[in-house]
Amino acid sequence: MPTRLPETDVVIVGMGAVGGVAALPLARAGLSVIGLEAGTWLTRRDFAPDEIRNNVREWPMAVQKANMEAPTVRATSSSATTRGGHPMMNGVGGTSLHYWAQSWRLNPWDFKVVSETRRRYGASRIPKGSTVEDWPFGLEELEPYYEKIEVEVGVSGQAGNINGTIDRRGNIFEGPRRRGYPMPPLRWTAFLENMAGAARALGWHPFPGPAAINSRSYDSRSACMYHGFCNSGGCHVDAKNSTMVSTIPKALATNNLKIVTRAHVTTIEVDSEGRVAGVNYLVDGTDYFQPAKVVLLASYTYENVRLLHLSTSKPYPDGLSNNHGQVGRHYFSHHTGAGVSALFPFNLGAWYGLPAQGVGVDNWADDNFDHAGIDFIGGGNLWVYSDRRPIGAAGMNTYGRAPSWGSPWKAFIHEHADRSHGSYLQKSTLPYEDNFLDLDPAVKDPLGQPVTRITGQYKENEQKIGAFIQDKMEQWYRAAGAIDVTRGPVGGTMGASTHAYGGARMGDSPETNVVNRWGFSHEAPNLGVLGACTMGTSGARNPTLTAQALAWRTAEYLAKNWKAVARNT
Amino acid sequence: MADDKPLKIFTRRDLLKGAGLVGAAAVASSAHLATPGEASPAAAAQAGRAAAAPVREAFEHLTAAEGDLLESIVARLIPSDALGPGAREARAARYIDRALGGALASSRQAYAAGLAALDRYARISRGKPFLDLSASEQDSVLIDVEAGSATGTPGANFSGSSSQFFAMVLTHTRQGTFGDPYYGGNANFIGWDLLQYPGVRTMVTAADQQAMEKGQLKPSHKSAYDYEGFNKATVSADRQGGHHAD
Repeated sequence: MPTRLPETDVVIVGMGAVGGVAALPLARAGLSVIGLEAGTWLTRRDFAPDEIRNNVREWPMAVQKANMEAPTVRATSSSATTRGGHPMMNGVGGTSLHYWAQSWRLNPWDFKVVSETRRRYGASRIPKGSTVEDWPFGLEELEPYYEKIEVEVGVSGQAGNINGTIDRRGNIFEGPRRRGYPMPPLRWTAFLENMAGAARALGWHPFPGPAAINSRSYDSRSACMYHGFCNSGGCHVDAKNSTMVSTIPKALATNNLKIVTRAHVTTIEVDSEGRVAGVNYLVDGTDYFQPAKVVLLASYTYENVRLLHLSTSKPYPDGLSNNHGQVGRHYFSHHTGAGVSALFPFNLGAWYGLPAQGVGVDNWADDNFDHAGIDFIGGGNLWVYSDRRPIGAAGMNTYGRAPSWGSPWKAFIHEHADRSHGSYLQKSTLPYEDNFLDLDPAVKDPLGQPVTRITGQYKENEQKIGAFIQDKMEQWYRAAGAIDVTRGPVGGTMGASTHAYGGARMGDSPETNVVNRWGFSHEAPNLGVLGACTMGTSGARNPTLTAQALAWRTAEYLAKNWKAVARNT
Repeated sequence: MADDKPLKIFTRRDLLKGAGLVGAAAVASSAHLATPGEASPAAAAQAGRAAAAPVREAFEHLTAAEGDLLESIVARLIPSDALGPGAREARAARYIDRALGGALASSRQAYAAGLAALDRYARISRGKPFLDLSASEQDSVLIDVEAGSATGTPGANFSGSSSQFFAMVLTHTRQGTFGDPYYGGNANFIGWDLLQYPGVRTMVTAADQQAMEKGQLKPSHKSAYDYEGFNKATVSADRQGGHHAD
């Protein structure tokens, strides 16, 4: 029998990028919050500039829970299943500890893909088999929450549209915002200036991207040191604004948040009326039951959906909040493949810097260009950045100019180690009827519970965007002086991704969505779900800022409507 | 555990002291170390200065024969030549040996099988053990192993494709040459200097960035753990690691 703990107001499953945000408005409202985290507390001392540890051996992801329940992957219902990796991190702060920290708002179109496509091009342009819906609200609803996160977490950047006034130093395609960023953007290198100049010469609109990284000291934390180990590494000076250093300390300071580390949540319990009653978790093999008036699910997409699937009960025989069969549906891994890399005849000075320090181009994203004469909807963001480490550099493509070892290779790498560049190309990705998450019938975690299975492949629309964006990226590289360009395949099977959307989609209709417009279950009203698993579209951006803005909004709604949402005991 | 012991970073003085011994031992033991015609006298002298590996140091996980064979392979993958020292001098084989007791433990069997198969293939196809072949003969063996054409040779008995074994050794050789010296390779910062990487720093100012762009930033020549205050990783800190408190 598990130890039954005293009841709390809210239990949050996961103290990562979204759970760590949601805790703050709840704790400030005076609610008692317990945060259950599978990982441990880390500090800046744990984040050595060590490529072997971070990038080769993937220490940030080397934790039992996430690693032991890594999802399996298959392209379609009839193809073979393979083991997938797990890209996320356990720890207080979660993946916000070691992520790239690009902190984008979605563009206005991303909220209205269906209605805007119909209006501009006709209903027939929605790709066949896609289950995409408009969000239940537009950018204007989320705007104040984006601003909240940009200030509370700390985001640097250059605004492009303040109250409708366009500032050409920023992204001219962004939706209107009430205020600029609380910090100026991260600096550029000579190579990034060169890329921006080449984009302008093409008639495009380059801009510095937004980052949850301090460009100057902020909230008593250091400015970025640009030392080059940000990619898959935590920050040694707390300049990366993970929830570990931003919202979680503020929430703890209220004395209303208690965090339990090494807590492995196994199931969510419900009462006879179908309301959630609390969660079961394990710490080092000991069972606990934490009763709560409200449960907020805030682990990663794969774990959130898995916990719903695993929490079967009389009111929910097919999994919690799954009486409409929507848990796991509308899933997609963001299409960030279909890469383009280039070789330059000069050094790029990329040994120091970080992936969030770069130049973005949004001219070919979303519906920022006319799709009347082309055969896909959506597009991609082009992103070039400064990030290089020695083992990675030694593994560079030799562009057919040298073998991969021996003296000729050595001469090649001596000259070219700082001359290659790989772009980051995020593309609109849609949900489809036959891409989904469910439980793997064969693969289990060490507790004997099935892991999540990803069934998904990029369809024609995503592949066409991939090829189109590759053309644009090659054009940009050539304009900046590249002497050789290579391309990756345009997209096949969806792997496990750091940008995993859907599975518990947000929308007004319970027939096609798991949570309502506030992030609470259509079926179990005191269960909230946080994270990109509630997002129905991706845009051409990293999801974290949007997931955090949604988390704050859900938590604020809960605090303001406590009596209506909470379970009475 | 053994993996936690601090790595000795060789000083320039150590290297100068050791250079004569290494040179003599190399000439006496095998012809493959010196590659006449490939290295200029100046480069050979430079390589000698950087040749940090003392010859009388046991491998921890590889057998002596496996270790010698691996040393001679890495010396061809990233050779000592006119451009300077290579993977042998960077102690890449020592890096691999240490890691085979930790993060690369799952590759131990692949090394045992692959090294033995490679040596059998050298004997069958070239008539001599790999160590006794000339540098260019060794390269031709490695080309066959890389291409996979050595795979089906009767008697060699590669388990799986020989190109798989080659790719593994190349990957680990690069880790041992270009990784942080804390893990036992990249001795004397040979790898980082080869790439013209200015080194691990904890702060890079705008002025540092500009100096680097002009080629004027002096290499830092420090391990991450030469900086104060970082909790140290262990050789076994890998994805199976369980908890972060390593």
